[in-house]
Amino acid sequence: MIKAILIFNNHGKPRLSKFYEHYSEDTEQQIIRETFHLVSKRDENVCNFLEGGMLIGGSDYRLIYRHYATLYFVFCVDSSESELGILDLIQVFVETLDKCFENVCELDLIFHVDKVHNILAEMVMGGMVLETNMNEIITQVDSQNKMEKSEAGIAGAPARAVSAVKNMNLPEMPRNINIGDISIKVPNLSSFK
Amino acid sequence: MSDVVEKTLTALPSLLSLDSHSGATKLSSTSKLGNLIRGITELTSKHEEEKLVQRELVSIKEQVSSPNTSMRQMKELMVRAIYCEMLGYETSFSYIHAIKLAQQGTALEKRVGYLAVSLFLNESHELLLLLVNTVLKDLQSTNLIEVCMALTVVGQMFPKDMIPAILPLVEEKLNHPKEIIRRKAVLALYKFYLIAPNQVQHIHNKFRKALCDKDPGVMAASLHIYLQMIQDNPEGYKDLTASFVTILKQVVGGKLPMDFNYHSVPAPWLQIQLLRILSFLGKNDQSSSEIIYEVLDESLRRAEINHNITYAILYECVKCIYTIHPKSELLEKAAKCIGNFVLSPKMNLKYLGLKALTYVVQQDPKLALQHQMTIIECLDHPDLIIKRETLELLFRITNAQNVTVIVEKMLEFLRVNKDDYTTIDLVGKVAELAEKYAPDNEWFIETMSTVFSVGGDVMQPDIPNSFLKLLSEGFDSVEEDRKLRLFAVDSYVSLLQGEPGKLPQRFLQVISWVLGEYSYLSEELEAATVLRLLAKLLDMKSTSSETKSWVLVAMTKLCEGGAGVSVAQEVCETYSSSLDTVLRQRAQELQHLSQDCELRARVLPRDAGLEPLEVDSSLSFLDGFVSEALAAGAAPYKPPHQRQEELAQSKALSLEPYGLSLPISMSSCSIADRQSPTLLSVSSGLSGDSPDLSHKGGSTTLKLDGVKRVWGREGYLSQREPVEESAHVEVPSPLRSPSQQGEAESSHSQTPATTPTPQPEQEKQQLASSLFVGLGSHSSVCLMGKSEPTTQRFRRKAKGPVSPSAASEQISNSLVSTPSTANDLLCNNLLDSSVTSELSVSSPEQTSQLSQGPAAANGTCDVELTDGDVKESSPSLVGGNSVVAADPAPHEDPDRPEGLCLNTHLPAELSGLCHSEITPLCSNQSLDLSACHVQKEDSLALVVFIYNSSDSDIQQILLELDSDELEVSCVCDSAVQGARSHSVAVCQYSLTVKRPSVHVEVVGMVSYQFPVGTPQSVQFSYKLPLTGFIRPLTVSTEEYGTMWLDFSHDTKQKLTLISDGQEPLADTLNVLKKKLQLHVVEIIGMEGIVACRLLRDQPCLMHCRLHAGTLSVWLRSPVPDLPDCLMYHCQRALQEH
Repeated sequence: MIKAILIFNNHGKPRLSKFYEHYSEDTEQQIIRETFHLVSKRDENVCNFLEGGMLIGGSDYRLIYRHYATLYFVFCVDSSESELGILDLIQVFVETLDKCFENVCELDLIFHVDKVHNILAEMVMGGMVLETNMNEIITQVDSQNKMEKSEAGIAGAPARAVSAVKNMNLPEMPRNINIGDISIKVPNLSSFK
Repeated sequence: MSDVVEKTLTALPSLLSLDSHSGATKLSSTSKLGNLIRGITELTSKHEEEKLVQRELVSIKEQVSSPNTSMRQMKELMVRAIYCEMLGYETSFSYIHAIKLAQQGTALEKRVGYLAVSLFLNESHELLLLLVNTVLKDLQSTNLIEVCMALTVVGQMFPKDMIPAILPLVEEKLNHPKEIIRRKAVLALYKFYLIAPNQVQHIHNKFRKALCDKDPGVMAASLHIYLQMIQDNPEGYKDLTASFVTILKQVVGGKLPMDFNYHSVPAPWLQIQLLRILSFLGKNDQSSSEIIYEVLDESLRRAEINHNITYAILYECVKCIYTIHPKSELLEKAAKCIGNFVLSPKMNLKYLGLKALTYVVQQDPKLALQHQMTIIECLDHPDLIIKRETLELLFRITNAQNVTVIVEKMLEFLRVNKDDYTTIDLVGKVAELAEKYAPDNEWFIETMSTVFSVGGDVMQPDIPNSFLKLLSEGFDSVEEDRKLRLFAVDSYVSLLQGEPGKLPQRFLQVISWVLGEYSYLSEELEAATVLRLLAKLLDMKSTSSETKSWVLVAMTKLCEGGAGVSVAQEVCETYSSSLDTVLRQRAQELQHLSQDCELRARVLPRDAGLEPLEVDSSLSFLDGFVSEALAAGAAPYKPPHQRQEELAQSKALSLEPYGLSLPISMSSCSIADRQSPTLLSVSSGLSGDSPDLSHKGGSTTLKLDGVKRVWGREGYLSQREPVEESAHVEVPSPLRSPSQQGEAESSHSQTPATTPTPQPEQEKQQLASSLFVGLGSHSSVCLMGKSEPTTQRFRRKAKGPVSPSAASEQISNSLVSTPSTANDLLCNNLLDSSVTSELSVSSPEQTSQLSQGPAAANGTCDVELTDGDVKESSPSLVGGNSVVAADPAPHEDPDRPEGLCLNTHLPAELSGLCHSEITPLCSNQSLDLSACHVQKEDSLALVVFIYNSSDSDIQQILLELDSDELEVSCVCDSAVQGARSHSVAVCQYSLTVKRPSVHVEVVGMVSYQFPVGTPQSVQFSYKLPLTGFIRPLTVSTEEYGTMWLDFSHDTKQKLTLISDGQEPLADTLNVLKKKLQLHVVEIIGMEGIVACRLLRDQPCLMHCRLHAGTLSVWLRSPVPDLPDCLMYHCQRALQEH
């Protein structure tokens, strides 16, 4: 399970913090500081894993981080996550941000905290990895943005029209799941019906 | 990709001032958030930032509470509040508005509202209840985005108590046509499973449906649930093994849509998840593992593309291969993979390779040997994380020969390390290694000194404690003890003469204890000198008051002679007026004892740290005082529970709003019941057995018998566990075998390469040979238990009285008696039979060590019977002889008489009763011993079968049994004289319990004689659980009530409840009744009372109460230890159920 996702810049300024487990406000700040302290000391040519932050939990916990230009992306995870898997998940996250913000920069993260959180929510839900496919994440986020735009555009329209838009369903998002014979089959499970 | 980011990321302030950059143009220059951020960025100090944010917060607060603020503005305000909260400023005033926004806003605003709620609140926050209705409404919305938002927030947090309110709706979403909704619903249900597993039990079938979902995304989400459930209970899902294998096969085979590919690897995260699940399913299960082998092989084969994510899959495969039942072909491939990881220039892979090596090194030490040069390089790696992982690996391969080098490396690392967490961890490991493998006194004391000074005050307190315990308990040789202590004294004195101010407090405490206890050993050292040194410690500012009291106690032990007393007097004057009461008391003690030598000798006898303190728990020495007080009119003492009871009776008003409506006849018992879970928790502390003995001479505070030293990582080495654990039990193997050492040395001398190498290389190789010594060709055997047959220097003394049979030193003919440990068995493989005679001599001593209690269960191959083994006279077919007893699987031996036919030899009067499986005890060429126990109503009968497997008759069989915990009496008519060739002689004994213990053990010896030849003997031990001696006790509820109050020994614990059925309490008690033969007296509502007796007439009462999904159990008995032992068995019984 992912315990926390932190983004801060080279000076330790938090740019995004999302905790999937409850800590007190003070502890959260302390975790951010301690994590920054641990991560910023590391050279460029060392491994991307860290063990043993005192605050976020003992031997079972690891910090997996990547450093992009001015930003550190840090995932705090327990032993049930694969280290290399999470490392690539960070990459997916950053690539997705890059697509959504057309060349993402630190400023985007600051001024669109809510959007970044929404993107993250499509990837990780309650500490569990929900989606790892960049295109799928973008489709979800876009469909929501489209919704927002149309809603904002007709803000002055009569209530009935608004509700019509609101009740509009999401666009169909084909995932080519059932093309021919390649849909995944789970045999030996007939007893479940 | 990172280039792209880099390109656009530049210094923030310049961007803001230019305002023309793409990033900056995206936001309106007038936005308030923009202003805030700009303001903050321009500031230079934390203090200014604080002022600015506080101002901002005031303005936000004003606006959110204004009725004129539109939802749209509210949304903007929330984003600003989120920003401030992220910076660490509290915005609790906005929480309620966030909830309101989620409730009332349009989709867009709602989303910000939900986001703010999920960032601000936590599961137990009271405001969260206000969100429940909104979530309910949104779950029913026709707008999919709203449903998604609701599910997301539910997956993040939801009040546990309110789950039933939305559960049906979330369940319904599992059938939703949109896959994204189904996926989120699955994860939301997983969240419910995590926080309240009982509430989602009924939908396990739906999880299965999710697993079969036509959308792979939903299936992948359901794997989260399965991973968790299988980890919790692998047995319950074995039937799914084949399904998971098929899924993985299809994924690996590229049957998924291209969409799922990541860098042309098909659904890598899904593969990782599946591999984890499979490793749980295949662990310790050969048949499941066999299903898995093929797909593992395929995964390994397919993962060839050179990308980070394929390594992730490979690593997972390797872990899986080493976790499930081993298959040599796969192990070989996995070993190769690990090699590639370790040798990789990529740091991440190197790290994982070292981790994998650490896991497998105990199974496959040769692998470490192969990579020794790489490991050496990693030791000097600039990356501390890799360095630490290497040390962890070395820790696992430490043995008596390489301990000095490895510990040296660890200490080196510790000296430069600044991270507390690592320090605590490593210091513990060094201490453990030092204690286990120390080559000599000097090294041990010096290493421990370094540990104490480096570990400082962050290390675990049990390290100094067990060190002192080790010193005080001593070892086998008195002379060795003296030398060790003397060396400690000398080195500590010289430390104190140096700069004691730099030493950590804990170390100073250790030093003062050792000096106080043992400085008399040093002849040239005068007590006054030590006293002066100690007094110097007291004067230092940095010394804490806890340390000071240690110092004062040490001084109290030392003050003698004129010079000493004068130093002591000086100190007393300073501290007898100290504000710290503890210090003041110590000073007073010092003052009095320094003047009264005789009293001091009695209170603080020299070198008596180990003497068990006789504690007069009845406080009889106060009798005079009491009678005087009573005569003067004081009220007689009442035990706490009696006081409570009277208090409860005297209350006119019932303080419990919903008192039990019981018939009057039960009142006495109900009072006891009501007291049980809360009021009387003090009474167990006061029940008389545990007076506070701390500070008394220091040694009593250090009894740490229960402290386990377990560092093993769960999971990886499970199939080795029985063997591995034997290393943790400090069972020494008392032989130093020169042949074995020679072997190890010769193997290590071969390790360095034969070709001449440049200087630095040579150094490394030297290091390698010193590090990997003992890992030679035979080493796989040694390493498994990490306990090669050299002496363990600091072996604990056997505390129990050594059984008489050990003293007699009967040499039995090349027979390994049953209780020999895995170590010995391993030696047995390596050494010739000449050593085995020694082995069997050693074993009784070990037996007595092992009989100390539950610790004995660790990895020894005693014949141990579990609670469930009493069968209704079913034929038992288990054979197996002691030499292969290290093998966990019982094994059949065609030479042995099978249990089936032994059954017929059961004495007639016992044949109708339940008896346990007939267990083989030991055997040699001429005799096979087996035994079983039979539960009679008022005793337990032990039946020993002696089968003469030789071709000649045996005469004068003499069977002697002995036990620490049991009283053994021979049933007279069953004494055997002899056994004819190939026939069975039966002896019957009756057992009752003297002293309760979780498992009780009978040690015995059979001596016999052939018509021609010398007398011979065979030793054995038989272990059985206490449950065999438990019988139901039929009492009425009233009797129970009165008995309850009379019993003084008690214990309390929460046990798991069996909650499959309608009535969890009744079900649980029935299980206990069936397994442990308890008598259920009565069940009243949420409480139940149960009674039993230990043979013959020692009652034990149990009170159970349902409390928050667990069973609070309270046991009471007049017999010490009985409640604890019974509690253990109750726990076992419920776990096994």
